[in-house]
Amino acid sequence: MSNRLSGNEAVAYAMMQINPDVMGAFPITPSTEIPEYFAQYVANGEVDTEFVTVESEHSSMSVCIAAQAAGARAVNATSSCGLALMYELLYVAASCRLPITLACVNRALSGPININNDHSDSMGARDAGWIQIYAENNQEAYDNFLMAMPIGETPGVRLPVMACMDGFITSHAVENIELLETDVVRKFIGEYNPENYLLKKENPLAVGPYDVSPYYMEHKVQEAEAMKAAKARILEVAAEFEKISGRSYGLFEEYMMEDAELALVLIGSTAGTAKAAIDKLREDGVKAGLVKIRVFRPFPGEELVRALAGTKAVAVMDKSEGFSANGGPLFAETRSALYDLKERPYLINIVYGLGGRDVKTEDIERVFGRLANIAATGETGPLYTHMGQRSKEERA
Amino acid sequence: MIHAKDINEHTPWQDLTPGGEIYEPGTARLFNTGTWRTDTPIFHEEACKHCMLCVPFCPDSAIPVKDGKRLDFDYMHCKGCGVCKEVCPFPAITMVAGGAAR
Repeated sequence: MSNRLSGNEAVAYAMMQINPDVMGAFPITPSTEIPEYFAQYVANGEVDTEFVTVESEHSSMSVCIAAQAAGARAVNATSSCGLALMYELLYVAASCRLPITLACVNRALSGPININNDHSDSMGARDAGWIQIYAENNQEAYDNFLMAMPIGETPGVRLPVMACMDGFITSHAVENIELLETDVVRKFIGEYNPENYLLKKENPLAVGPYDVSPYYMEHKVQEAEAMKAAKARILEVAAEFEKISGRSYGLFEEYMMEDAELALVLIGSTAGTAKAAIDKLREDGVKAGLVKIRVFRPFPGEELVRALAGTKAVAVMDKSEGFSANGGPLFAETRSALYDLKERPYLINIVYGLGGRDVKTEDIERVFGRLANIAATGETGPLYTHMGQRSKEERA
Repeated sequence: MIHAKDINEHTPWQDLTPGGEIYEPGTARLFNTGTWRTDTPIFHEEACKHCMLCVPFCPDSAIPVKDGKRLDFDYMHCKGCGVCKEVCPFPAITMVAGGAAR
């Protein structure tokens, strides 16, 4: 079924098709439309979801935690400061092993206050124990949301999933999109049947008890092992999803990587811009390629090493500034993963696109120009730079 | 199903419940919190009239009652706060320094 939807509409439609038991709802730009559209489905009786409107994101995530612990399937949508206000609860959800599904519409995190896209909100929550899957466009936002529950709810995983898309660029732009039939979706998602839950009256249950030192570390190891196990499950679910949709997904997408000498590693909607730039460069004979990270948590380190093994120079492009003074979070992960490679490519980090700063094909071409120079000379220059800002210095 | 009585501080992570879930009620009974005590109440049974004032005042339910009579302290859960000694109208409870059970 072909349609034209914005990213937010596509995710709200996916939620309607799933028909979750509970939605914790609180609005924040640019994710507001998701609970807004969904409220319409509730009002029309198209779903029988308990739509719980609350006074903050701290509460909306608390609603989801309580509902999921009770044995229900809970969903949520938020952005930026809303995700930040959930920070404590994100950890609670993950450590209680409650597979809640959250649509994160990526927006810059204050301050200065800004409503436009970058990845600083979800990158700030990257160590909270949530699986993080990022979309390039509306189709992927829809598909990723449908795959979230079969991944998170698997007994060997039992982790919450954050399905991320770029605010405005993806959430508000209307694109052609292929939707699945609702009965196909419901069959794919299946029933949520946790082994233990609060409403199981035959068996009293305590969730999230105080954990003393002799137990805490063991529970964190369980969580870490679950995150490792998630990788295989993500691929399994992608294979099942391909059967019903014809669309293929991995931990990341490789574009023109077979013979690529110069490559980018990046996340989200910029991949579209990068692909256009690569197409142009390929016409000029430049062996340019792209790795678009889809799954950031668990991080596909070993797989990424294989993808980049044949390259000469790589630019890791971070759409968030981690203030580590040593590069952004994607750079840190990529560089760490490449350490075990004997013949490593040159690696640089470019932080770009903060707070909605635009990135054009010419910007991407300039990055490839820099990579070509590094590959030719062996001189990387500064490892960690920013792109797109006004500066008295020459642009990198 | 993993029961609380079957796990302890020597149980490997593989055998603990996911997220520390507890699948039965009242498991605090199994957990020794009496080691936190720095003062200890002493029960003088001969002076006790079993008026039961101390029982509801105990914040840790550490005064067991059987057949209408209070028994000696449950030192596994008593924190030595001394509230029982304050509310006792008789010389049936005294406090001594130190956490050791008597």
